Amino acid sequence: MTHPPTDPRSQAAAPPSGPSRRRVLGMAGIGVAALGGVGSLGWAAAARHNDAGFANAGAADPLNLALPFHGPHQAGISTPVQDRLHFTTFDVRTEDRAQLVAMLKAWTLAAARMTSGTDALDPGAFPSIVQAPPGDTGEAIGLPPSRLTLTIGFGPSLFTRKKTPRFGLTGRRPEALVTLPHFRGDTLDPLRCDGDIAVQACSDDPQVAVHAIRNLARIGFGTVSVRWSQLGFGKTSSTTPAEQTPRNLFGFKDGTNNIAGDEIEELTKHVWVDESDGPDWMVGGSYVVARRIRMLIEIWDRTSLAEQQTIIGRDKREGAPAGATLERDQVNIQALPEDSHVRLASPLSNDGKRILRRGYSFVDGSDGLGRLDAGLFFIGYQRDPRTGFIPVQHNLASDAMNEYIRHTGSGLWACPPGVPGPGRFWGDTLFG
Amino acid sequence: MRLLRTAAQLATMAAVAAVLSACGSKDEAQTVTPVPAGAPSPTPSAAGGNTIAVSASDTACTLDKSAISSGPVTLKVHNGGTKVTEVYILKGADGTSGIVTERENIGPNTDADVISELAAGSYQISCRPQDSTRINTGLTVTGDGASAAPTSASAASAVAGYRAYVAQQVHHTIEATEDFVAALKAGDLAKAKSLFATSRAGWEAIEPVAEAFGDIDPKVDTREADLESGQTWTGWHKIEKVLWVDGTTKDMGTQGDDLLAELHILQSRVPDAEITPTSMANGAKELLDEVATGKITGEEDTFSHTDLWDFKSNLDGAKKVYELLKPLVKDSALATTLATEFADADKALDKYKDGSGWQDYSKVDDAGRKALSDAVNALAEPLSKLAAAVVST
Repeated sequence: MTHPPTDPRSQAAAPPSGPSRRRVLGMAGIGVAALGGVGSLGWAAAARHNDAGFANAGAADPLNLALPFHGPHQAGISTPVQDRLHFTTFDVRTEDRAQLVAMLKAWTLAAARMTSGTDALDPGAFPSIVQAPPGDTGEAIGLPPSRLTLTIGFGPSLFTRKKTPRFGLTGRRPEALVTLPHFRGDTLDPLRCDGDIAVQACSDDPQVAVHAIRNLARIGFGTVSVRWSQLGFGKTSSTTPAEQTPRNLFGFKDGTNNIAGDEIEELTKHVWVDESDGPDWMVGGSYVVARRIRMLIEIWDRTSLAEQQTIIGRDKREGAPAGATLERDQVNIQALPEDSHVRLASPLSNDGKRILRRGYSFVDGSDGLGRLDAGLFFIGYQRDPRTGFIPVQHNLASDAMNEYIRHTGSGLWACPPGVPGPGRFWGDTLFG
Repeated sequence: MRLLRTAAQLATMAAVAAVLSACGSKDEAQTVTPVPAGAPSPTPSAAGGNTIAVSASDTACTLDKSAISSGPVTLKVHNGGTKVTEVYILKGADGTSGIVTERENIGPNTDADVISELAAGSYQISCRPQDSTRINTGLTVTGDGASAAPTSASAASAVAGYRAYVAQQVHHTIEATEDFVAALKAGDLAKAKSLFATSRAGWEAIEPVAEAFGDIDPKVDTREADLESGQTWTGWHKIEKVLWVDGTTKDMGTQGDDLLAELHILQSRVPDAEITPTSMANGAKELLDEVATGKITGEEDTFSHTDLWDFKSNLDGAKKVYELLKPLVKDSALATTLATEFADADKALDKYKDGSGWQDYSKVDDAGRKALSDAVNALAEPLSKLAAAVVST
């Protein structure tokens, strides 16, 4: 029996060329412990380790960093924005609270393992009983942690369905976890909206992010089913102002005035839920709004540079606000066209309210009419969407940019505080 | 019908089946991933039984023992040579009676496990360094009986129960197909259409066993989309297209007779089919794979839209395996989960009951298909753990 050289099994059987993910990360775990507390915001930098032991030569490469999973806030919010996104929402299939809690515990363990760079489960990709399917799907073997973060949020539909409380959560739904209102120009596809649970996976390596979501989905089969998901690339909002501001698919710098990950006061003021906000289980958490915003790319590209700049309210080359010369010059709101995007979205037009943005560009191929199915997957974190995203989005009703975009997906989720340490689990302040 | 099967694989499978007249060994022919040199080797397979160390090199193929007892066998291969090698387990004193299993692409200074289940008899372990002469070393497997004997009374009982079930389902499918063919020959289009789905029910319940024979499945259950260049399309789906698309029974009587002839061949082979608890469990998982890849998408019965009939048969066949294997499963949590999920899947499907049959699948909307898909995922994931749970007993 011979097989052609392209037999996939031949490739599958090829020995891994580098150190296995499992082996690398067995040691990286030690690295995290050893370096715990390093980093201005408490995230530790675990240098990549190879078979020779601790190697610090690669420490500067962000791919080699493992971000700690445990902490007062969930990682993936004020964390410096990674390059890649896999955002997925799930619906809970059971009404059995114990089953849901068991899955959240299993997810938490797997998330802590994967963010540290190890297999999702033990046994992992290579169970000793080969008749069993591997516990880990294996595509991240040999890849470094790549700053993977996993962030969970609970949607309104987890608390109530058809006005009936679920999972014994009567009275636990935060007032801020509203059903988002209709916004002008919404062309929402129900198959890209909402979901009982959302998980945001961000990583500098797309395969690491996809691996994380794939394994969580697998662990969740029977308890949850995937509702929809979105891949993203090319972070469109930086939370690290020292770096060059990234550009979105309109070609403009995006997120110049975003809240930075080290602006503790601003994070406290605008992002983290405070004791005075309540409910108790959300203190230290945040609310995330996701919007899939399709850009009418071909139309935009035929628009003159002058008009593009007028619509955005910034200069395209430098990113300077209208009337100024440098990107980070103070925005003079009066100098901006009245219907320009930056003016309408600015905190100065929104009662000083700010949203921490960590959106991504997306291109889901073409739409069958030869047009790019592309745009911006907006992700915004805030302390209260009723004073954050909702009024800002209403304010954008007259945005000149609306002619070039369509909101096709949407959702709001309450992200509980971080998991403080082993033995605790995602959402235990709500379910514990 | 499986989606991915190349002509080469079909030819190979037919050849193997012709020699072995068995299916069980195929299912156990799992190989594990290699481990980089110097790394700890995987622990011995919980399949238990025999372990043989095989030292392969560019010029040698040495075993640390020349005889073992029948049952699960793990070859722990170390390639100490400079060339990539392959290791085969060949049947027969001269190794010409067929391939039991193989492991390709074992790199220099690399370890790999080759796992199989061997019945009593003579075998050759064949090391095949790239571009070099093959080196064969003899192995004698001792034991009572010609097949890999089940290790316990409950395993034997499960296997016997399943063999009886397979025989019964094949009998059903032949009877129902005889009625179907009679309608085709009578030129009764409406009646033929009404008997199409029922004729398939028995087959769909035990399809993995039939598929393991390799040569029957392509003749009776190939879908148009899976035809290979040069392959003559025969079997149920050919007749389906003529009935539903062309709206005629013309020439279908002959097609029906050919179909029946293949089913009779299947029936004659069932007593010799090599069935083990592991192959049963893998077969159950494959039935759910069939549902997930063919029925949920509506690709299986694309002209008649009778996919839900097949769905039900696949589900029943998998459930039968689970019920028979349940006494062997020590993991009570897994057993409970499977019981729950089988019931849930049945419930999800029952929504589409239509009299004594099932609704036209083209009428099931996207939300309905998603719910069925969720139920299949919820069941298939734990079901994929059944084989290992049976092995570890």
